[in-house]
Amino acid sequence: MDSKVCIHFLPRYCISPQFHNLQDMQHTASLVTKVFIQRDYSDGTVCRFQTKFPTELDNRIERALLEQTVKTLNSYYVEAEKVGGQSYLEGCLACATAYIVFFCMETRYEKVLKKISGYIQEQNEKIYAPRGLLLTDPIERGMRVLEISVFEDRGSSGSSPSSSMSSCSTAR
Amino acid sequence: MSAVMITRKVRKWEKLPGKNTFCCDGRVMMARQKGIFYLTLFLIVGTCSLFFAFECPYLAVHLSPAIPVFAVLLFLFVMAMLLRTSFSDPGVLPRALPEEANFIEMEIEAANGNVPSGQRPPPRIRNVQINNQIVKLKYCYTCKIFRPPRASHCSICDNCVDRFDHHCPWVGNCVGKRNYRYFYLFTLTLSLLTIYIFAFNIVHVVMRSVDSGFLKTLKETPGTVLEMLVCFFTLWSMVGLTGFHTYLISLNQTTNEDIKGSWSGKNRGQNPYSHKNIIKNCCEVLCGPTYPSVLDRRGLMREDSPAFAASEGPCSLDNPVAQTTKTTAPLIPNEHTPDDVKPSIAASAEKSPSPKEDQSPAPKIPPLASPETDVETSIAKNH
Repeated sequence: MDSKVCIHFLPRYCISPQFHNLQDMQHTASLVTKVFIQRDYSDGTVCRFQTKFPTELDNRIERALLEQTVKTLNSYYVEAEKVGGQSYLEGCLACATAYIVFFCMETRYEKVLKKISGYIQEQNEKIYAPRGLLLTDPIERGMRVLEISVFEDRGSSGSSPSSSMSSCSTAR
Repeated sequence: MSAVMITRKVRKWEKLPGKNTFCCDGRVMMARQKGIFYLTLFLIVGTCSLFFAFECPYLAVHLSPAIPVFAVLLFLFVMAMLLRTSFSDPGVLPRALPEEANFIEMEIEAANGNVPSGQRPPPRIRNVQINNQIVKLKYCYTCKIFRPPRASHCSICDNCVDRFDHHCPWVGNCVGKRNYRYFYLFTLTLSLLTIYIFAFNIVHVVMRSVDSGFLKTLKETPGTVLEMLVCFFTLWSMVGLTGFHTYLISLNQTTNEDIKGSWSGKNRGQNPYSHKNIIKNCCEVLCGPTYPSVLDRRGLMREDSPAFAASEGPCSLDNPVAQTTKTTAPLIPNEHTPDDVKPSIAASAEKSPSPKEDQSPAPKIPPLASPETDVETSIAKNH
């Protein structure tokens, strides 16, 4: 199934010999290190990541880009965890049905998580993979850290490693 | 050259560390000791069955058919809440993968600087300011993470649980962020059910005694005595427990924090998580967002083969977000059990005796995480 997707995406992106898709990047490029952006608890237990720029990425990516990514993610999490009219409605409705409705319905948090994973995918394709970096969705790390995998820098200003994500394995 | 490995599909729950048991292919997650949970089930189902068998026919005819109908609805609600509390993930925090653990170790070492040999390194604590209150985040040696605020490590389940309340043997699971509201509704509705059954038992006995006499009534409906006995003792503990948790919710505190006295007393400061408004606190705890499980139980274990399929459709209790970027190295957290002192962490290898020493007090926190010190028994004694 991977191969079908690769073929489908082939014409749309400029392909560099090394990076055919992100999975390839993982397999061919060697992982140098992983950088972890920690949670920012200054606002309480709400999910927020620190916008402090890790020094290991100094020459790999512009500060503003990473900051923008983290700020957007934080705003998504704020939206998911907002205690307001919609969450009350959802809570009361679910309680009235003894929470059986959760077997049929997707909660607001789950919807936002899908948006987040789409956003991370998009960011990886457009910004991070061309720079030899890869963001991992925080949900895969227990919402504790935002993991950034740093791959070997192949002097990529000329070639733009395509990043057709392994989206065949993604949400159905 | 990529060989396609044909192996049995292994789901992640099979390799999760911690002392949980899983059922239904990872959909159900409970603690290991389930004996008391079966007792809870038996008591509730048994008492209600007796009620439906002995009292309900008489009451439906002589008083109103709504009585058994309401009892059935209440019973179903209680069971739904109990099963939700018992079977769901309380908010377990997955253990740190090796790279993350290493990263944190390096940060700690950088912060500590040079510790002269023979001296104990300083305790691993991070201070964070929340709402003008300094909160200490402790390092968990088992999970190799700095615990988020309000999280605690349950020694019975051997997991760090977010917003850890307590480990409840009656429901056979920890009570944490994800299942606290179900636990609270369980205690509330069980109290109501107990009061309901107790009250209608009395009504039934009185009504029947008027017709047939007291002793004859008891002979005709022997279940009544048993029900009254069970309800009487359950009533006091359940009403007390519900009252206690209502108090905690109105203050936005957990049982763990209350027992430890984190926010009470002059020197401790105020609860930074409270909105200082009872209604707001209740709304946040009971009507807040439903947090997803961050423990991917039903995902398939990642193999090296590129032909390996990604996770299938999970059920709604789990995190439904499919893994978009299976970027993790094929290392699985549990391959490195807590007892392993990884030689790869070169610097900390020499420090391993001291974390091991510290590890013995650490799992004992919270003090509640054992059946003997469970809050229910203490509440039952107090009320």
